[in-house]
Amino acid sequence: MDTGGAQRPADPAVQVTDLVKRYPGRPVNAVDGISFAVQRGEVFGLLGPNGAGKTTTIGVLTTRVLPTSGAASVAGVDVAADPVTARSRLSVVPQRPNLDRALTARQNLVFHAAYHGVGRAERNRRADALLEQLGLGGRGGDKVDDYSGGMAQRLLIARALMHAPQVVFLDEPSTGLDPQARLFVWDRVRELRDGGITVLLTTHDMDEAATLSDRVGIMDSGRLLALDTPAALTRSLPGSATLDIDVERAPEDTGEAVLAALASLAERVEQVEQVADGSGLRARLYLSGDAAALVGPVSEALAARRARLTGVRIGEPSLEDVFLSLTGRELR
Amino acid sequence: MSTDTAAPGLVVEVGGTAPGRPAVGRAFRALLWRDVFVTGRELVPFLLQVVLQPVFLLFVFGKVLVELGFATSQYSDVLLPGVIALTAFLTALQNTAFPLVIDFSFTKEIEDRLLAPLPTALVAVEKVVFALLRALVAAAVMFPISWWVLGTLPVEWGDLPALTAFLVLGSLVGAVMGMTLGTFVKPNRINIVFAVVLTPVLFTGSTQFPWQALDTLRWFQVVCALNPLTYVSEALRAQMAPGVPHLPLWLCAVALAGFLVVFGVTSLIGFRRRALD
Ligand SMILES: Nc1ncnc2c1ncn2[C@@H]1O[C@H](COP(=O)(O)OP(=O)(O)O)[C@@H](O)[C@H]1O
Ligand SMILES: [Mg+2]
Repeated sequence: MDTGGAQRPADPAVQVTDLVKRYPGRPVNAVDGISFAVQRGEVFGLLGPNGAGKTTTIGVLTTRVLPTSGAASVAGVDVAADPVTARSRLSVVPQRPNLDRALTARQNLVFHAAYHGVGRAERNRRADALLEQLGLGGRGGDKVDDYSGGMAQRLLIARALMHAPQVVFLDEPSTGLDPQARLFVWDRVRELRDGGITVLLTTHDMDEAATLSDRVGIMDSGRLLALDTPAALTRSLPGSATLDIDVERAPEDTGEAVLAALASLAERVEQVEQVADGSGLRARLYLSGDAAALVGPVSEALAARRARLTGVRIGEPSLEDVFLSLTGRELR
Repeated sequence: MSTDTAAPGLVVEVGGTAPGRPAVGRAFRALLWRDVFVTGRELVPFLLQVVLQPVFLLFVFGKVLVELGFATSQYSDVLLPGVIALTAFLTALQNTAFPLVIDFSFTKEIEDRLLAPLPTALVAVEKVVFALLRALVAAAVMFPISWWVLGTLPVEWGDLPALTAFLVLGSLVGAVMGMTLGTFVKPNRINIVFAVVLTPVLFTGSTQFPWQALDTLRWFQVVCALNPLTYVSEALRAQMAPGVPHLPLWLCAVALAGFLVVFGVTSLIGFRRRALD
């Protein structure tokens, strides 16, 4: 026996298998056959643009959306077969605040715990402790209508923790927050992981995904395109580093010829892409190894063609680049 | 497991939370307590909202018209049971219709309760039970007010069990009708639908006249027979004004039970459709 009930420690905290969701009357699947598992204590990020199906996935996992086919379980409980037990083990911080506006902030916490069967003394103790920890001490008696967006988000996080869930779902936890509030939320997410709680968060912000998540699933149009640690995802790109250059080519030269010359410049130039062609030529070189050391040779090669190097940017590839290479589109 | 011990910062110390099946009964009581708690703080506005209309009805038709000689004092015997039935029925109906539309379509405040560890259908049942409580309070308040307005109250202690039974039955039917409306009608239409539904319900519920006296107006009698409120009015009239012609109690009970089953099913279907995508 353990405190997690029927779940054995070896079970994943979240298991999704061939999940499909099509909303009635819609021509396409909002979630189109995705599978993944989140291990206990892991922070798992679902990264994707608006409409990718992130909220729908969370909806299924939190028993609010009925799956069309496939299976999903949370904390060892099949969410479709036994939603009631699943609800007692999970909690959600929704994309849009849904606080109970007939209640004060503190009452929101206390009533939530009461719905989950937490005893009176215990729920009062937890409410006070969480209000304090989320920087809302002294504001517990306020109407939630008087709360700012950042405060509401913190209260939603506090509410989600009131019944000591095993898995917490955060749907776009920092969208719309100012940078400071964002960092505050990020720190709280790390604390959750430190406390052994499994976290599944969604975001369309690659910084957030890369900074917070142990592993990231990249989603687009209802499909899971890639799933790995942020480091492994970026490593999987053609080169592990990039060199963006702006070039003013000689009038008689062509862009293609310049790109070809750059591609054959060195062994470790794995790929050259034209990024944009406005007034001049902008190219991205995907490289293995150190990008800075290649700036000299590139400059020389261009000079030999009577072209001028007007700009250089050295970059580690980001999840944004991963998304771009997977879908051919920008994340936002 | 680490949730108990390694808890710096945010994690709530679980301290032996019982594993296994969640306590559905406790969740249900907590939901009900939330609604009672919220209403309790606004008891006076609530009562004004629900009793003002019936009080004026009673005053104008049961008192003023009688004083002026346009109606006999016997008419207030006909009217009083009807007005009390109307109060209970419409209070219950409005209490499940409007708040649910707002909750589901705009504020989403109900989501936290839909994620409580109990079956979705029980969240709907809780709303019905709460509407019933409000309706019974409104009906109960009508008794002393009626006594004050009309100067008499034709109720004996012995009538109480039957009165209560029919007020409960009638309020339940009102609540499930309200929930059916609130969950099936498009949110932007609810105001129109309400106006279109409420007025006919108000005037075809045999509250202002005994149903059997409609013999000479056959088509209207048929229309009234389709309104569940008719059976609440008639049942209360049987208790409070036995001298006035009225439908037998068993018939009222059967009719109301039938409406309860039909609208009970439709309300649960509607609620589920709105609660789950
Ligand atoms: N309740 C709904 N009814 C119909 N379509 C929906 C509903 N919710 C979402 N969708 C559609 O499903 C797709 C995925 O949406 P969503 O899961 O909200 O994506 P994300 O959270 O990644 O932005 C979108 O095309 C959206 O329009
Ligand atoms: Mg979303």
